[in-house]
Amino acid sequence: MSPAGRRAPPLEIAAAWLLAALWLSPLLYAFWAAFHPVQYATRFDPLAPVSLANFARAWTYAPFPRHFLNTVLLVTMILGAQLVLCTLAGYAFARFEFAGRDLAFGLVLVQLLVMPEVLIVENYRIMSRLGLVDTLLGIGLPYMASAFGIFLLRQTFKTVPRELEDAARVEGCGFLGVLWRVYVPLARPTYLAYGLVSVSYHWNNFLWPLVVTNSVHTRPLTVGLAIFGAPESGVDWGVISAGTLMAVSPLLVAFLLFQRQFMQSFMQAGIK
Amino acid sequence: MKHVYGWLLLAPAAVLLVGFTHYPAAATLWDSLFSTGTVVRPSRFVALGNYAALAHDPIFWKVLGNNLWFALGTIPSSMAIAMLMAIWVNDRLPARALARMAYFTPTVLPMIAVANLWLFFYTPQIGLFDQIGAALFGARSHNWLGDPATVLGCTMVMVIWKEAGFFMIFYLAALQSLAPELEEAAKMEGASRWYFFRRVTFPLLMPTTLFVLVNATINSFKLVDHLFILTKGGPDNASSLLLYYIYQVAFSFFDTAYASTLTVVLLVLLAGLALVQFQLVEKRVHYR
Repeated sequence: MSPAGRRAPPLEIAAAWLLAALWLSPLLYAFWAAFHPVQYATRFDPLAPVSLANFARAWTYAPFPRHFLNTVLLVTMILGAQLVLCTLAGYAFARFEFAGRDLAFGLVLVQLLVMPEVLIVENYRIMSRLGLVDTLLGIGLPYMASAFGIFLLRQTFKTVPRELEDAARVEGCGFLGVLWRVYVPLARPTYLAYGLVSVSYHWNNFLWPLVVTNSVHTRPLTVGLAIFGAPESGVDWGVISAGTLMAVSPLLVAFLLFQRQFMQSFMQAGIK
Repeated sequence: MKHVYGWLLLAPAAVLLVGFTHYPAAATLWDSLFSTGTVVRPSRFVALGNYAALAHDPIFWKVLGNNLWFALGTIPSSMAIAMLMAIWVNDRLPARALARMAYFTPTVLPMIAVANLWLFFYTPQIGLFDQIGAALFGARSHNWLGDPATVLGCTMVMVIWKEAGFFMIFYLAALQSLAPELEEAAKMEGASRWYFFRRVTFPLLMPTTLFVLVNATINSFKLVDHLFILTKGGPDNASSLLLYYIYQVAFSFFDTAYASTLTVVLLVLLAGLALVQFQLVEKRVHYR
């Protein structure tokens, strides 16, 4: 990223490339296995026939279209709710003086540490009491009030100059109007970063969705993939590779297109 | 009025946070003091009985030890690799963007997909590791995931592959904030690349190293997805981890009280790590 770095010595260049090749190889290998008949799974013959048969079989072996739909619905629902809830809460923490604010903020931050997947036992019990076991809402609900989102938006809103808010007030905006016209537009990069992290996280999330779902109508891709890829399913290797690649491809393509954005967003998520 | 507006804005998020984080955490603690109720024997107060059982549960100590080995085996090595990656990608490396992409890609993949791919590498005879071993060294076939001696190591290798690229981006950001004059000065003094790394870069990266270390340790307690595909915690719990054991106790053995007790242990461990993290943050504020 910085052009200032010096040129690495040749030996290190070779080592860096070797490491890069090593790091890519499991994925490249999955592509090889997915696009070739199973007898070529470990025979790297450049003339091996390329076929899409594995993809076709994976698509019919498991209810992939349904899992895709579930994941897309889940990710969209969670992100939509997070954006609304975290915007409101972040605004409250950034610009309102209210009794118990600091204590409340401290309590919000607890969730950075105790993510819902740590509390699977109790959260499952709550969901069954609410009648939300095996529903998409049941998977998404514990994640909607995201401490990370609240924290990130609070930090961003705090940097908005007061003068802008005052100007909007003079124009006759109420406090929600100010939020919508001034704060939200200025926080657009934060929303983008947060959105990428949230979508990647929930596209890939597994443990809590596994616990709280028990039918194909709600299971997201990761859970479907786990059932499909388990050794006892007896599905052959090429088909598993093809299924796995299908499940990760939307995120993988998005990453390849917006690499820098992804890395920066993931970093923000890590630093908090 | 500001009080009312503040709380009104916060209310929707607060309800969900209390409902799915604070209340279940408190309920976990409460439930750990009772026995698991059955149809014939209703749940009753047992005080610290579950904790006494825990102290005598060899599987609990086994998975706790595994968690420790897992953290020791994955974190320092993936951080060392991450540092190397960051230094290379920060240099003027030909095809730098490609290398950076290669290092980071595993981070974007779900652990389930990663485990699906790696499962095949570890399969005896037809798996890639056995094939390479046989072709290069004439090695005999080995049941990598079926042998208690190798299974945890196998999961570690996979996790290192998955996590190193994520840690890389923190080192990369830190490297880019270092003053370029340092390197010029070192060049003028005729310092070797290794000397410069050892005496300048590495010490200056120390705050990042500590930060990544604590975060990675916290995260290592939540990394269990791969077990569902690769080993189911086996053989004989050799690869199981605390959170996976909690899942098994709650949803395979249906002993929710004991699962709550185990969760309390996990929460205490996480809280302890958070305290360490908090102190590091305080220190960093002083530096600035």
